Amino acid sequence: MKNKILPFSVIIIFGIIFFIFYKGLEDSKIYTPDVNAKKEIPVFNTKEFFSGENVKSSSIFELDKVYLLNIWSSWCVPCRQEHPLLINLNLENKLNIIGMNYKDNLKNAENFLKELGNPYKEIFIDLDGTIAIEWGAYGVPESFLIYNNEIIKKYIGPLNQELVDEINLLIK
Amino acid sequence: MKYLKFFLIVIILFPLSNINAEENDIRNKITKNLRCLICQGQSVYDSDSEFANSLKIVVDKKLHEGLSEDQIYEYFKTKYGEWILYDPGLNKNTYILWLLPILIFLIGGAIIYKSFIVKK
Repeated sequence: MKNKILPFSVIIIFGIIFFIFYKGLEDSKIYTPDVNAKKEIPVFNTKEFFSGENVKSSSIFELDKVYLLNIWSSWCVPCRQEHPLLINLNLENKLNIIGMNYKDNLKNAENFLKELGNPYKEIFIDLDGTIAIEWGAYGVPESFLIYNNEIIKKYIGPLNQELVDEINLLIK
Repeated sequence: MKYLKFFLIVIILFPLSNINAEENDIRNKITKNLRCLICQGQSVYDSDSEFANSLKIVVDKKLHEGLSEDQIYEYFKTKYGEWILYDPGLNKNTYILWLLPILIFLIGGAIIYKSFIVKK
């Protein structure tokens, strides 16, 4: 009996270890954030882009309206690619697009808007990137679909036509 | 008089530098336990990416607001999820990780006990 316990437990332990490592192999090593988790939007104070006046987040986002918050920067190349899509989205919909200018030089940002157009209803600035952290953002560009002060969906990286179609479907 | 002034300055500045050092220690400890999410494999402390730099500023701000280390971890967990912490707590995804070593230790101990000590 004693002789049987030893090999038996060794086999079981190796079995458990094999199972855990095998499961670990199947898991994706690339972190994919949860983009569908509904979260309340954060409360923050910031400055308006053009006037430089202090604004509170509560005065930007109203209840019962759909907003698309877009984090952008003049130094960000993918932002340039998605910008025409934002302009179209603004023309076609009742959607309010809010811009968050991320760690940017204001002159460059103004030139960016002059060159490519301004799809934003309002823009506020995030000079040191801390407001983006409040939003749980990773970098630029990133977009958040907001309704009733809740984040409905998060788009990490530049928007493309497929995602714009999805947004159009969601806000209908 | 000159020396007195000098000593006064040293005495006043010395404890200040100590406070700063303590704050730096806790800041470094926290940022070393935060994963830089856009540069995987690096902690926020090691990274110089835009994301990591902003995170460092937020850690500083939270420390100044008087939040404890655990409260700061909790804050980042609600923003980015458990993955941002290098040292995850015990939950349904990590219990095997925490309990397996204890289990192996106990089973191994039992085997050793049975086969060597009981034999005698």
